[in-house]
Amino acid sequence: MAVISKDTTFLGYRRENGRVGVRNHVVILPLDDLSNAAAEAVAHNIKGTLAIPHPYGRLQFGADLDLHFRTLIGAGCNPNVAAVVVIGIEDGWTKKVVDGIAATGKPVAGFGIEGHGDHDTILRASKVAREYSQWASEKQREVCGISELWVSTKCGESDTTSGCGANPTVGNAFDKLHPLGNYLCFGETSEITGGEKIVAARCANDAVRERFMFMFNRYQDMINRHKTSDLSDSQPTKGNIAGGLTTIEEKALGNIQKIGKVCKVDGVLDKAEIPTGPGLWFMDSSSAAAEMVTLCAASGYAVHFFPTGQGNVIGNPILPVIKICANPRTVRLMSEHVDVDTSGLLQREITLDQAGDKLLECMLRTANGRLTAAEALGHREFVMTRLYESA
Amino acid sequence: MTIHFVLHDTKDTVAVVVVEGVKAGMELSGWIMDEDKMTNVVAKSDIPIGHKVALKDMAVGDTVWKYGIDMGKVVAPIKAGEHAHVQNIKTKRW
Repeated sequence: MAVISKDTTFLGYRRENGRVGVRNHVVILPLDDLSNAAAEAVAHNIKGTLAIPHPYGRLQFGADLDLHFRTLIGAGCNPNVAAVVVIGIEDGWTKKVVDGIAATGKPVAGFGIEGHGDHDTILRASKVAREYSQWASEKQREVCGISELWVSTKCGESDTTSGCGANPTVGNAFDKLHPLGNYLCFGETSEITGGEKIVAARCANDAVRERFMFMFNRYQDMINRHKTSDLSDSQPTKGNIAGGLTTIEEKALGNIQKIGKVCKVDGVLDKAEIPTGPGLWFMDSSSAAAEMVTLCAASGYAVHFFPTGQGNVIGNPILPVIKICANPRTVRLMSEHVDVDTSGLLQREITLDQAGDKLLECMLRTANGRLTAAEALGHREFVMTRLYESA
Repeated sequence: MTIHFVLHDTKDTVAVVVVEGVKAGMELSGWIMDEDKMTNVVAKSDIPIGHKVALKDMAVGDTVWKYGIDMGKVVAPIKAGEHAHVQNIKTKRW
């Protein structure tokens, strides 16, 4: 019997705006690098809160600044977050992030450091954080429909077993979720190089295809502008090459196994943009694991499928990252990082359909509250994508 | 029966070794995933798990096929059964 159908449910947290989360974080969100210390101090003071430090936010401008705000506001708006305390060096941009998050209706407050200092800011922010933490701790999970779960994917430290086993497993799961009306997302623009015609052919209509090719060509232009070699050791990475992947085309053809065999690409997102309807979205994005997963969190995704071959260990502070691996050596040597072992696929011990169901079972358990390996191990990589130098 | 390597499409000229300990001289059994058929090749090199074995002789300039699709070009001659990787295959992009 199929693991999921339109009647499948899970226990999630329904937020003020109707979106459903699978975690209940109270986030202490720094606006900028200077505010990390105060944010971490508040999270240390107040149990049940989580600081998300990052190195940026000063003197950014234009599209890069827009992306900074989109990423921070998106992370705060993510339904896995119950409430947010924003701390910034000054009040203006802090308020901009607070106002962006407040649109969801969830509790959010902001604190500027200038004119107060760290001590006073930590005191004021801790008082609110304590209220939020206790308030959030009384939130109950409720029954939610399967289609309310937003699922993103990105692979990392791939090897050839990714393309044969772990990525097709995600593809099979996506092919089963897509008809149910789930919001799905993939990206990694440079890592489609060599498979772009296959993705273009899967686009639902000409407008989507045109936008996809625009994003693809824009990324190629950026690479051609800056490259000093054929990118060997960067894309594919040294780890990919050690794992047996030889060219970007080979890596790309493996990568796009994640979009399955039938589901269409229904739309295209810019980085950290929020999708406007159900279906499979391509998000223009870096192929670096933590950057892409952070963008997925900012776009509102609640669970992430992360296939790996050589053993990428990534996690994210607000988006549970489920690791899928088909390399029997990696499963043996790095078992603490693997949530779903699909190595049986390569010995014909299980079918792709069974592997996809195994992942969907793990997805439902994760949605119901089971910690992923990355969560249990404390992986909280939150990495903002930068477009160019600060002013 | 152990599957030593897998390939996606009958057109593929390289396949992925999926077991540890492949040594030169070993007779390898392979699974063509898209057609659910078996094939075989004799290894001419030691090949680590996850790395590729060549399924036919290839000359410099030949296109390498995997997933039934172009995955790059041959830059040093390759014999069937040899280790196919960065020493003899390069991207056609970038």
